[in-house]
Amino acid sequence: MSTTMENGKAAPRPGTSMLMRLTESRNGLGLFFMLPAAAFLLCFLTYPLGLGVWLGFTDTSIGRPGVFIGLENYQWLWDDSVFWMSVFNTLLYTFVASVLKFVLGLWLALVLNEHLPFKNFFRAIILLPWVVPTVLSALAFWWIFDSQFSIISFVLMEWGWIDRPINFLGDPNNARASVIAANVWRGIPFVAICLLAGLQTIPQSLHEAAALDGASSWQRFRHVTLPLLTPIIAVVMTFSVLFTFTDFQLIYVLTRGGPVNATHLMATLSFQRAIPGGQLGEGAAIAVAMIPFLLGAILFSFFGLQRRKWQQGGAD
Amino acid sequence: MASVEIDDVRKSFGNHPVIKGVSVAIEDGEFVILVGPSGCGKSTLLRMLAGLEHISSGEIRIGDRVVNDLPPKERDIAMVFQNYALYPHMTVADNMSFSLMLAGVPKAQIQERVKPAAEILGLSSLLERYPRQLSGGQRQRVAMGRAIVRDPQVFLFDEPLSNLDAKLRVSMRTEIKNLHQRLTTTTVYVTHDQIEAMTMADKIVVMHDGIVEQIGAPLDLYDKPANLFVAGFIGSPAMNMLSGKLDEADPSRFVTGDGIVLPAPPGIASARGKELVYGIRPEGVSLGGTVDLKVQVIEPTGSESQIVALLGKTQVTCVFRERVMLQPGEILNVSIDPRAAHLFDAKSGMRLTD
Repeated sequence: MSTTMENGKAAPRPGTSMLMRLTESRNGLGLFFMLPAAAFLLCFLTYPLGLGVWLGFTDTSIGRPGVFIGLENYQWLWDDSVFWMSVFNTLLYTFVASVLKFVLGLWLALVLNEHLPFKNFFRAIILLPWVVPTVLSALAFWWIFDSQFSIISFVLMEWGWIDRPINFLGDPNNARASVIAANVWRGIPFVAICLLAGLQTIPQSLHEAAALDGASSWQRFRHVTLPLLTPIIAVVMTFSVLFTFTDFQLIYVLTRGGPVNATHLMATLSFQRAIPGGQLGEGAAIAVAMIPFLLGAILFSFFGLQRRKWQQGGAD
Repeated sequence: MASVEIDDVRKSFGNHPVIKGVSVAIEDGEFVILVGPSGCGKSTLLRMLAGLEHISSGEIRIGDRVVNDLPPKERDIAMVFQNYALYPHMTVADNMSFSLMLAGVPKAQIQERVKPAAEILGLSSLLERYPRQLSGGQRQRVAMGRAIVRDPQVFLFDEPLSNLDAKLRVSMRTEIKNLHQRLTTTTVYVTHDQIEAMTMADKIVVMHDGIVEQIGAPLDLYDKPANLFVAGFIGSPAMNMLSGKLDEADPSRFVTGDGIVLPAPPGIASARGKELVYGIRPEGVSLGGTVDLKVQVIEPTGSESQIVALLGKTQVTCVFRERVMLQPGEILNVSIDPRAAHLFDAKSGMRLTD
């Protein structure tokens, strides 16, 4: 390769135009190629985000351009018990669902990593909940959780375990448990498939060496599988937490935040206040209030994702 | 330390037999090498010994225990893997002490056992490093250290040197042999490299296609290969093979298919009339004599000259201690010592000379 390429810039030659020099310089050309992507991000990510933040500082409502009111929206939210309820719900929902998705997903991945008959068939089928559009699966769950025609209630009544149908979505705690169950069902495949991919990167000989070293299957999992899987667990769970925290569709179809706001998440409350309620400024403020939590999750993953000491050093 | 007895062991994967009845007796403290080409079943046999593969039939005894159905951890063996199989998330010290940690050995005692093992292998300064920070040879040593710390009944090595470069391989060979002389633990070592087998083993087991071709001391295998396979496999450069028959009139003359006459080894007159293979090692040919070779390639190595030449229409390789200055195409007169020649039955491949 020529030396000019390595230096990253071409020596300016007399008589060449600005454009010529730009196209011959590695950095200039790189900048040029990045422009479309930058424009795209600016239009569809930065602008809406900026607008959202700005709206949070105004009293805009639908049909009326608002004026800057500073932190008034946030002061108002601070005293709003429904908002705090939604924060509590979101944290509960994210925490319980993520833990369940992790435990069940890891278990499923371990099972699928064993020598099973029809292994590939099961691996394919497990992706189904994730492939189906959320609204569709939410509708299915809506029927499963129906107060009169629920299949679960029906089966339990047939077995004689209960006398009357369970009020899944009508009782606050039942409703919370129900939406969490639906979210877990939807989220497991992502966790399981990613962890399965991670499991398959662990060489078989490490398990064999551990078996020869006298490790029981639990000890092999505890001392070999789990530590080698942590980098992937960190990535997968970060994404899982972010998806769960910002969940909207499932709640909106199943409960619309009811009963009595018991399942309102920050995302659904924000939408509720902004669009049907018309208070764009307030809705935006609720959405902006999610940002610190999301940043916290990202920071957590940043430290979780850092290359561990054993991953550093020379290549294999 | 213990003896190992492998008795008519067989192994099939589905309908496909890979080990077809292997019996080997390994004495206490012996260094035995299983050698053979890829796919001959030597690694499978080792893995059955380790308990990583199920035994289809037959019996394996370590000491006086039948271990057929014992899980690996109860067999009291340690294995060095081809890719070392070091735990990447543990330091060298943790890798070496993992088995002791699992066995619940107190920390102070673990230290006491890791330290001398690390010293033997020159790992003392590397104990806090992670496997990624080590070179290939160092990783190899850690893998051996992990085995030594266990103080097992039997060491198993599965092609431990094949991931190292040529120079390091030679020095590790010496190191492993040295280690065995020091520890005198029964060792079973698998390799496809016959030089490794020749230089390190007390006893070599030559395997081919799931069966044992020959068992013996390295030099016995070299001097008296039991069949054509062993003759061709042991020794480098490989033995020259010429097909032909004994002269009907004079059984001290061997006539190749091209009509060239070679001196036959003594005492094999009974082989008259049979299709035979005449084997002569490259070192068994000496300069000056009545056999004409047409030189093709000369490869001087300094200490010796290796010459590839045509004997009739067959390509043969000769190694001379002398320096031979010839051009390709020239004729070289050589002689063959009949006592260095081997005769094999062409049909069965079995050795006829004793």
